[in-house]
Amino acid sequence: MPIKREITEKLVQKLFMFIAMASITILFLIMIFIFNEGFPIFKTVSINEFIFGHYWYPTSEPSDFGIFTLIAASVLVTGFSAVLSIPLGVMTAIYLAEIATKKVSEIAKPVVELLAALPSVVIGFFGMVVVAPFLQEVFKIPTGLNLFNAALMLAFMSIPTICSISEDALHSVPVALKEASMALGATHLETILRVILPASISGISTAVILGMSRAIGETMVVLMVAGGAAALPESIFDPVRPMPASIASEIAEAPVGGEHYHALFAIGVVLFIFTFFFNVVADHIAYKYKQIGEASL
Amino acid sequence: MGLPSKVISKNLNFFYGDFQALHDICLDVCEHQVTALIGPSGCGKSTFLRCLNRMNDLIPLTRVEGKIMLDGQDIYSSIQDVVMLRRRVGMVFQKPNPFPKSIFDNVAYGLVVNGLRNKAHIAQRVEESLKQAALWEEVKDRLSASALGLSGGQQQRLCIARALAVKPEVVLMDEPASALDPIATQKIEELIHSLKEIYTIIIVTHNMQQAARVSDKTAFFYIGKLIEVGDTNTLFTKPKLKQTEDYITGRFG
Repeated sequence: MPIKREITEKLVQKLFMFIAMASITILFLIMIFIFNEGFPIFKTVSINEFIFGHYWYPTSEPSDFGIFTLIAASVLVTGFSAVLSIPLGVMTAIYLAEIATKKVSEIAKPVVELLAALPSVVIGFFGMVVVAPFLQEVFKIPTGLNLFNAALMLAFMSIPTICSISEDALHSVPVALKEASMALGATHLETILRVILPASISGISTAVILGMSRAIGETMVVLMVAGGAAALPESIFDPVRPMPASIASEIAEAPVGGEHYHALFAIGVVLFIFTFFFNVVADHIAYKYKQIGEASL
Repeated sequence: MGLPSKVISKNLNFFYGDFQALHDICLDVCEHQVTALIGPSGCGKSTFLRCLNRMNDLIPLTRVEGKIMLDGQDIYSSIQDVVMLRRRVGMVFQKPNPFPKSIFDNVAYGLVVNGLRNKAHIAQRVEESLKQAALWEEVKDRLSASALGLSGGQQQRLCIARALAVKPEVVLMDEPASALDPIATQKIEELIHSLKEIYTIIIVTHNMQQAARVSDKTAFFYIGKLIEVGDTNTLFTKPKLKQTEDYITGRFG
């Protein structure tokens, strides 16, 4: 019955299209909602004052809606975590892809990937009860809940992402290139540095950016361990208040439809722009330096 | 032939884990000759070739017994520096495998990793090698272009130039023309012919005519054993063994 088969085929295609459209539409509507709820704040403050204002006193009278300290906190926390997570993640990936024996990497890689499954609240909890007192003790600082602690915990969170995707990229470099290099009298280290890393730079860049975009959007960890002070930090041991932490901690107290409420949504928009930018950069790099080899990201 | 032996394989056995891929291979390779290794797929000829520059060391769970002498020195002895060995014994692979770098950087790679820093000297060696590989005229105006933009045949000659740049004594070629069209193949064959003045060449090939055309000596491998070896003319016209005759006349394999 070819007719019946064709009808089934058409129906299944329609079903898939409907489901795909539904999820895309819902995401799109959420985005519109955020923008819609965020923009009214600009009736009260200008975009300039909002982005570059140093004072965030949303509940005082008169209130201040400057989120510069929050943006700075997010950027600094993410930046410091990247300084820790990029070398650790990429070097671990090099070890797993190139140096470790097959047996070791077969065990170690799933373990690293399992770390990515650790709920962020657990990492936040660890930062609060273990790392914070330790930092306080060692560095003789008033609080262990600070920029450094948050950066450290975010690094823990992004290392698995960076490591796992970088490892895939390194692994997909053709053996033929590696052999060509070794056959010319290059050592293993020279082969890694001069052939394998350059050939997988696109995948590694994607890994790094996905790791960082995970870090900048992460809420629970920074809410728990960053300290929560909406002020510009003077050292890495000062408490800070990144954007997601602000939204999460204040949204419950902000009256719906009020200025504070709109301001929080506007922070959401700024955050969205940051992660969107990260993803565009990742896409661009992946496109510009196409992975050499079969697998690409 | 009064030519001295360059490479001598003595009772070489090779294992991939428990599987023995080579049985007791004894073979003399003369200096400044082209030696062809022929035989059906899986007969061990590529494995044997890769033993000669210890490329098989990169594959886990492999094991070698016996000796391979290069100028009288056992390359599997514990004092052999593998990096030095691979500099003396270059290799061209079956599929062209240029690095995703510029044409110049591909040829310069071996020089740079071997510690050559003088830019003028590197440029000179790159030019010489590209000329030796009969590629210079085609690429001299675009040395900084990506090697991946070359045709398959050009890429393979680039890989030959890259191997020649470090001035090896022996060049191993693993079916260097199998991925190429007839015209590119002919170029590679002419190249092999001219290169034996300077180098000792060992070539693995599936193509019997190719072996007959380019080589002085031919060795026939079958299921991990060296069945017969002799002057190419003799082996192709008057093979001693029935097995060899059956293979070269196309009755099996």
